[in-house]
Amino acid sequence: MSANRARVVVTGLGATTPLGGDVTSTWSALLAGQSGVRTLTEDWVDSVPVKFAGVAAVDPSEVLPRPEARRLDRSEQLALVAAREAWQDAGAPQVAAERLGVVVSSGIGGITTTLSAYDTFKEKGWSRLSPFTVPMLMPNGPAAWIGLDLGAMAGVHATVSACASGAEAIGYAMDMIRAGRADIVVAGGTEAAIHPLNIAAFAAARAMSTRNDDPQGASRPWDRDRDGFVLGEGAGIVVLESEEHAKARGARIYAYAAGVGYSADSHHITQPEPEGRGIIMAMTQALTDAGVTGQDIKHINAHGTSTPAGDVIEVQSVAKAIGTHPLVTSTKSMTGHLLGGAGGIESVFTVKALEGRIVPATINLANPDDGIEVDIVHGESRTLPEGDIAAVNNSFGFGGHNVTVVFTSH
Amino acid sequence: MAVSEQEILEGLGKIVNEITGIPASEVTPEKSFVDDLDIDSLSMVEIAVAAQDEFGVEIPDDQLKNLKTVKDVLNFIQA
Repeated sequence: MSANRARVVVTGLGATTPLGGDVTSTWSALLAGQSGVRTLTEDWVDSVPVKFAGVAAVDPSEVLPRPEARRLDRSEQLALVAAREAWQDAGAPQVAAERLGVVVSSGIGGITTTLSAYDTFKEKGWSRLSPFTVPMLMPNGPAAWIGLDLGAMAGVHATVSACASGAEAIGYAMDMIRAGRADIVVAGGTEAAIHPLNIAAFAAARAMSTRNDDPQGASRPWDRDRDGFVLGEGAGIVVLESEEHAKARGARIYAYAAGVGYSADSHHITQPEPEGRGIIMAMTQALTDAGVTGQDIKHINAHGTSTPAGDVIEVQSVAKAIGTHPLVTSTKSMTGHLLGGAGGIESVFTVKALEGRIVPATINLANPDDGIEVDIVHGESRTLPEGDIAAVNNSFGFGGHNVTVVFTSH
Repeated sequence: MAVSEQEILEGLGKIVNEITGIPASEVTPEKSFVDDLDIDSLSMVEIAVAAQDEFGVEIPDDQLKNLKTVKDVLNFIQA
């Protein structure tokens, strides 16, 4: 770690997830081992092989003022709700517009708008499209609306890397602060992709669980009987700030966003590389960037999506890059997989784990698969040691994108 | 069927409230959409489309830019 580079701290958290409409309710549900997955009741479920999902516990269109909600895609609604929570949680800091940035990503963007607008176009013609159709469907829309809401001028960005998007956004935001481009950056991920086409398309890739008779048992990372991921929706946002700026205003510091590592598998468009070389590279680089060793890492919020192909490769890579000692969990067992939102909410959870020194248990892990040497928290939550510790959030995406973010307590 | 100016004003107030959140009671004839009600051009398009559906009057784009006040819209719909 270079001596003169700004250190980045986390001063605000926001989330709206299948488990709750804010961080407090979501975190309580995670510690209680609850599942946010439920059977879908829409009339289109008969057309798709997967009939359940992690639907946002609180409908964002019920939270936002109606005139605002109607011009936003659901992914933008969720992002705005979480960003406002995070901003208030950070104490609504005073900061010059030129020193405030936003990096908020989505894996798929406003796809529900795209599809429903196309229906409107075919049925009623172009003039009946909402004039907000373009800003609703564009994948930078969530970042742009948050930037408008806060008046951010230092740069508003949306990094897109499928299910690594949210984590990549947080990494990019850290880099903005460390490069001196901003004092505060609001960062994270959002997704609202519960639409029959998305479910059909992921099912066509044979990536989703079809455990229709047991939706809450469907997301079961590392279990022998796992059969795919469970789609979830929501958003997770962190307020990142230079340590100097945060201390000058007396802000509460949750943790340090200490390091980030990126890599690309360059192996297959969807399948993980069997030796985990790209994953190991991302983790190793993140540790180096954070100036910590594998022994410092006490907790890992894993990507752990419950797919047969990915789960074991990830923890075998953890064993090689970091060690078998950290307490590993997959909160996706409870939230489902939020795609581009995953890195956002899971960074929030990693920070909450450091703050409270507690790791929520992975649910549905009845029979661990072969080849797992790491310490996976299941059954009940476990405590983390006192003192200076570090934790990792892993996020990987279709396309072979790997992002590891390291958070430290001091 | 003739619709009174008061009925049109009420209908327009409801549309503006639905789209922008501005109270219908503030939608009075002398108000300018841009200067008084702070309504942007995209929202004006939404209001025009909704007004077309409500009152059955086509508002072409080249006419829309001339409709600066609530009174202008009332006159256009009644014409």
